[in-house]
Amino acid sequence: MPNISRDEVAHLAKLARLAVTDDELNVFAGQLDQILDSVAKVSEVAADDVPPTSHAVPLTNVFRQDAVVPGLSQQQALAGAPAAEDGRFRVPRILGEEQ
Amino acid sequence: MTAVAELMDYADVIERFNPVLGLEVHVELNTNTKMFCGCPNEFGGEPNTKVCPTCLGLPGALPAVNGKAVEGAIRIGLALNCDIAEWCRFARKNYFYPDMPKNFQTSQYDEPIAFNGYLDVTLDDGEVVRVEIERAHMEEDTGKSLHVGGATGRIHGAEHSLLDYNRAGVPLIEIVTKPIEGTGERAPEVARAYVSALRDLLRALDVSDVRMDQGSLRCDANVSLMTKDATEFGTRTETKNVNSLRSVERAVRYEMTRQAAILAEGGSIKQETRHFQEADGTTSAGRTKETAEDYRYFPEPDLVPIAPSREWVEELRGTLPEMPSERRKRIQQEWSLSDEALRDLLNVGAVDLVAATVEAGATPDEARGWWVNTLAQEANTREVELTDLAITPKQVAEVIGLVTSGELTNKLAKEVVQGVLAGEGEPREVVEKRGLKVVSDDSALLSAIDEALAAQPDVADKIRGGKVAAAGAIVGAVMKATKGQADAKRVRELIIERVGS
Amino acid sequence: MTEIVKLTAAELAEKIHAREVSAVEVTQAHLDRIAEVDDHIHAFLHVDTEGALAAAKAVDEGLADGNAPASPLAGVPLALKDVLTTEGVPTTCGSKTLEGWIPPYDATVTRKLREAGVVILGKTNMDEFAMGSSTENSAYGPTHNPWDHARIPGGSGGGSSASIAAFEAAIAIGTDTGGSIRQPGSVTGTVGVKPTYGGVSRYGLVAFSSSLDQAGPCARTVLDAALLHEVIAGYDPRDSTSIDAPVPPVVAAARQGMTGDLKGVKVGVVKEFGGDGYQPGVERSFQAAVEQLRALGAEVVEVSCPHFVYALPAYYLIAPSECSSNLARFDAMRYGLRVADDGTHSAEEVMSLTREKGFGAEVKRRIMLGTYALSSGYYDAYYGSAQKVRTLITRDFDAAFEKVDVLVSPTTPTTAFKIGERVDDPMAMYLADLCTIPSNLAGNAAMSVPSGLSEDDGLPVGLQIMAPALADDRLYRVGAAYEAARDAAAGGALIHKVPELGGTK
Repeated sequence: MPNISRDEVAHLAKLARLAVTDDELNVFAGQLDQILDSVAKVSEVAADDVPPTSHAVPLTNVFRQDAVVPGLSQQQALAGAPAAEDGRFRVPRILGEEQ
Repeated sequence: MTAVAELMDYADVIERFNPVLGLEVHVELNTNTKMFCGCPNEFGGEPNTKVCPTCLGLPGALPAVNGKAVEGAIRIGLALNCDIAEWCRFARKNYFYPDMPKNFQTSQYDEPIAFNGYLDVTLDDGEVVRVEIERAHMEEDTGKSLHVGGATGRIHGAEHSLLDYNRAGVPLIEIVTKPIEGTGERAPEVARAYVSALRDLLRALDVSDVRMDQGSLRCDANVSLMTKDATEFGTRTETKNVNSLRSVERAVRYEMTRQAAILAEGGSIKQETRHFQEADGTTSAGRTKETAEDYRYFPEPDLVPIAPSREWVEELRGTLPEMPSERRKRIQQEWSLSDEALRDLLNVGAVDLVAATVEAGATPDEARGWWVNTLAQEANTREVELTDLAITPKQVAEVIGLVTSGELTNKLAKEVVQGVLAGEGEPREVVEKRGLKVVSDDSALLSAIDEALAAQPDVADKIRGGKVAAAGAIVGAVMKATKGQADAKRVRELIIERVGS
Repeated sequence: MTEIVKLTAAELAEKIHAREVSAVEVTQAHLDRIAEVDDHIHAFLHVDTEGALAAAKAVDEGLADGNAPASPLAGVPLALKDVLTTEGVPTTCGSKTLEGWIPPYDATVTRKLREAGVVILGKTNMDEFAMGSSTENSAYGPTHNPWDHARIPGGSGGGSSASIAAFEAAIAIGTDTGGSIRQPGSVTGTVGVKPTYGGVSRYGLVAFSSSLDQAGPCARTVLDAALLHEVIAGYDPRDSTSIDAPVPPVVAAARQGMTGDLKGVKVGVVKEFGGDGYQPGVERSFQAAVEQLRALGAEVVEVSCPHFVYALPAYYLIAPSECSSNLARFDAMRYGLRVADDGTHSAEEVMSLTREKGFGAEVKRRIMLGTYALSSGYYDAYYGSAQKVRTLITRDFDAAFEKVDVLVSPTTPTTAFKIGERVDDPMAMYLADLCTIPSNLAGNAAMSVPSGLSEDDGLPVGLQIMAPALADDRLYRVGAAYEAARDAAAGGALIHKVPELGGTK
């Protein structure tokens, strides 16, 4: 069924925010093609009347009380940050727009 | 710089095109805690102090649904006449953005908790437009970015950005309308009236602060145009950053005139996100995306489905307050208001205030008179909302009571109100401090009348000759002499008596 | 090697609680053992000497004060897979992207261990973000199988399995998404249990595939596994998929099993798991195990689970899809690695460059595979179909458990393969989880218990036992009975046949 091209892999890498190299593109294109070819088998038995399962345990309506629970201090929050400034996480300039 | 967009005259737009609207409103719920964690849900504060592993998206942390937020979502759905899902799930909306800690937003996709509703919206002239609601679903807010180094905190040209995740994870309800068609030239007005009606509704439900200025109510306006003979919708734009009711109306109107000009030239509309500029009322294009977004939605595995029992839904229905529209109808009847009087009341946003004033003892007419005329004017001069004026309905009722009992004249009452607004205290205190008691002592008035009559004998003669209207001049003189603290009606009576005797 | 490290967790606990030996001595003996052999095994990514000794000291002090031990395992040293967060102790998930990250919070499993007085020796090596079946995908180098250092210790939890097989720790915690506890258990001659999904909290377990991940015990005996199971299991409101029900009585079941009677127990042999691709020595070991169960009084029947052959492809759609989303948070903005932040690159570029640098090949491969499977236009054919297969597999289990109490199969088709043998062939690597994946997809409980050594190569083989959801106790009863009978027949526990290590590689 699939036949995943190098361009498609490049597109996937972009969606997934992976700056893959040209060499990787070639390797991944071949491997993904092989894997997809094998996993496509699932459609053989996925009939229309079979409901999908998203959760292994059939639970519903699990809710939390609306009560404040202590969280992290600003210092704890920022402790692992690659860069911080004025109590905030410092990140490089953002090009894209908010969604 | 992009060139200034060409615009088509609005009347021409309406002549040639039918506008189609779609409004997406995001409401921040006023729960104690966030949507998926126990961090406080509060506006502002020191950055990154209302965060935990979950809302910071730390590795390993998991979400847990705030039951109160689900309750809020269902109540909103019911108030919007929606069906409530028997079973629905959260879904992950996958896209990368630094203000979103997990790089996916936990939202709902094809299984919203509420769907298929409507909201009846009353326009200024009393026309009612039914806006169909497509869905209302639950999701979480993002953090906030501060752009440093560029011009005035704008994203473009910034050298770096600073992120605060206090807002990340705040419960949001997104309410999406079905396409609103057939509103013609009134489209901008309908958009505004819809958001306004929704705001009133949400306020009545007490589920949100609904402060557009603080972002707890946000509106994205989708606008497209169809030629009069078209059968399919045109390409739409989505305008964001519309932060006030007035902006909603302006943004829709601007987009209509901008798109019409492009279409009239044979051009085509780009499907894009645009930003409303408050300063000049225009919209500008966001960065164009190279490819359409592919959010790769899938059911959130960390959260189990929600299956609200019908008993629970009915129980929540029982908690709904009287809807603003029904309340208006009831009030109109109870207070015997004309359509016009009701509209004035609504326009200045005084319904609740008048009702509270009536409850504090005033008659509806008097209460309405004060709020719609005097106080609305005060609010206007001070550029604040009527509700934000420094006077309570109880205080207004007290002032009205003083007039009724004859202790104050209308003129004095206005001065008392000024005093209350100026922070001089309760109405009675202001009366005391400013010495505003009505001069009700007839003997004091009579001496002032005698003086005035003696000073203007010709007027006295006219009155004696039957020209009662001439008494006005004497009344004026007496009022002046008593510095307005006399009851003009009583003065007039005394003058007639005096002259006739 | 001191005799202390050879004791089981139950034996150690007994001696510690009777104050025959102190928890500090026991901990020190294990720390010494780690110092002695871990250069060759490389089971640990981080050894928390100070933290372990402090925890052991606290246990000793409590006992000295006359307090009852906090749990039946108080004072026993444990190795924790590096995918569970530990406040103040590095957590890397075997990835460069989290090198040096010190979590500000404990996973629920970590918290329960600490509260139970279990001594956490350190964090164990693993395939990066638990993606792999050999621990070769760790960014910090592979772990070696104590039975043969040229071979893999299984994966992803190869560090945990190797640490107990090498007597560096008495017990360990693993996580199992497609077999990452059971397959390492099988190839190292140890016991590994994947509890029922929702039985152990996932809070603080760095997610690979949220709907499949489950933490569980690794041990050298079934009873030790049961004791650890009871410490870590139980409802946790921080994990919405956690089951609010009593923990199945696994310790009692293990003790019952040890009496060696399986009369009245119905065992189903999964017909689909055998034949092509299965090493003859593994099949023979499995047959012998089935005979042993029969000899213990169990009624053995063959059961067909026709959709189990679709489990592997379904898994390689669901797990990558969920991981593509779960791993999106590693974006260089809030924690972890950041590269190329030199003022010339945008946040978007820094994200892409960091993720490229911070993730290994297998992780990238799965992220892209998952990104593809969730894309609009492909969702229904891939992710959607895989979720339907999940339903079919659950139905197969349901039908089987109508007829039998437990199902059995080999844990993995082969014994430990050589390091490097499958690294360039992802599909061959994926086959290692062929038999273990169905229980992850259906969420039921499963165990691997040693079934001896393969005649082909003298390496350990594992017997997989599968039980219905929330019937974890059945695994322990059958597993303990089998273990006792096998050990008796073989003249001792399999693990004591592991070659002496000290200094050889």
